[in-house]
Amino acid sequence: MAVTKSEVIPIRTEHDIVVARQAVRRLSVEAAFGLVDQTKMVTAASELARNTFIYGGGGTLQCESLLEGARRGLRLTFTDQGPGIADLSLAMKDGWTSGSGMGLGLSGAKRLVNEFEIESVHGQGTRVTITRWK
Amino acid sequence: MASGVSRVVEVLKKYEKELLTDWLAELKAGGTGNDGRVSETELHTQAKEFLGTLGEASRSAGVGDIERPEWSPVRDFLDGVSRARVTQGYSSDQTATFIFSLKRPLFKRLSKEIGSDAKVLAEETWTASELIDKLGLHTIKSFQKTREDVINRQQEEMLELSTPVVKLWDGVLALPMIGTLDSARTQIVMESLLQRIVDTGSEIAIIDITGVPTVDTLVAQHLLKTVTAIRLMGADCIISGVRPQIAQTIVHLGVDLQGVITKANLADALALALKRSGYTVTRNKA
Repeated sequence: MAVTKSEVIPIRTEHDIVVARQAVRRLSVEAAFGLVDQTKMVTAASELARNTFIYGGGGTLQCESLLEGARRGLRLTFTDQGPGIADLSLAMKDGWTSGSGMGLGLSGAKRLVNEFEIESVHGQGTRVTITRWK
Repeated sequence: MASGVSRVVEVLKKYEKELLTDWLAELKAGGTGNDGRVSETELHTQAKEFLGTLGEASRSAGVGDIERPEWSPVRDFLDGVSRARVTQGYSSDQTATFIFSLKRPLFKRLSKEIGSDAKVLAEETWTASELIDKLGLHTIKSFQKTREDVINRQQEEMLELSTPVVKLWDGVLALPMIGTLDSARTQIVMESLLQRIVDTGSEIAIIDITGVPTVDTLVAQHLLKTVTAIRLMGADCIISGVRPQIAQTIVHLGVDLQGVITKANLADALALALKRSGYTVTRNKA
């Protein structure tokens, strides 16, 4: 698997969520994703970017365009140095939220992509990696 | 302070013509006036006018402080140039170059005029350099301000643009939403819709999300809250513009929109609203 392109977007303000969405949409188009796949990837990015901003206190998004054989993909890594998630399995449950949202962001994002990985150390931060293949 | 009798003032007056020629050559070498955005004659007029006001201001108030009232024609002139440069699409450094290009010609004349007295030359060069720097900074400041004004105006225009509540029929209101929904402006938009429902006594409100590129859980939550609020007021709400890709994404996200009436486009929503209000639409055959 080769990374053909990589860029990092800071997520510090609410406006950066919009910037992140636009970047993901642009890269999805470049990876020749269909309209449905584009929308899924952008929506997942929107959820995770907002989590990074609201719960993680800001962080970064790394976008990587992937090439594996003839298959193209897009991998997004959201990293923050926030308080971390105390109970991962609870956080992944539909409808559970520690804030005021719907509690569907993490679990919904997982259903929108092909690969989903989450690492969180209490008190040190959270990293979520999602990948979608064409 | 020697600013009152500074040799810079003298040089500005004595060599106005030569300075203009050298300055224009300098500007040309730097690339200004070569790309057709500012014509050569325009640049000539600007440079000439600037040297004129500069000479006048320096004679009447010295070159120490450009914030003095005597310098206001110079400042106004620079403001005007900056504004024009913004509309012509110049960058801030290109705009500042207009002023900074005057440095070399001015230094050259100063050294010619003062000759071999190194101490005086150093002093006067410093005075001239400070003057040009101040003028350059003023130019950048006003360039920046003009840009900020443009941005502020656009922001205000966008806020106004984003809240059109349209009356489609007697008792039927529509709110075409455009752009990003996850900011403070959603709140304004929803409030104005609820207010219009009261004002017009409408029974059906259609929220059209065709212009919303991404519907994530936050947007969905905003929509659900609005639907609930509209229902509490005794009216009904239809969400239109749910495109196939949005529908699929909402399903995967797990957002429950059951109980909310949704339509693929605004026409279908209007047809439903009319039907509910007891209207029938028929074609008058010719």
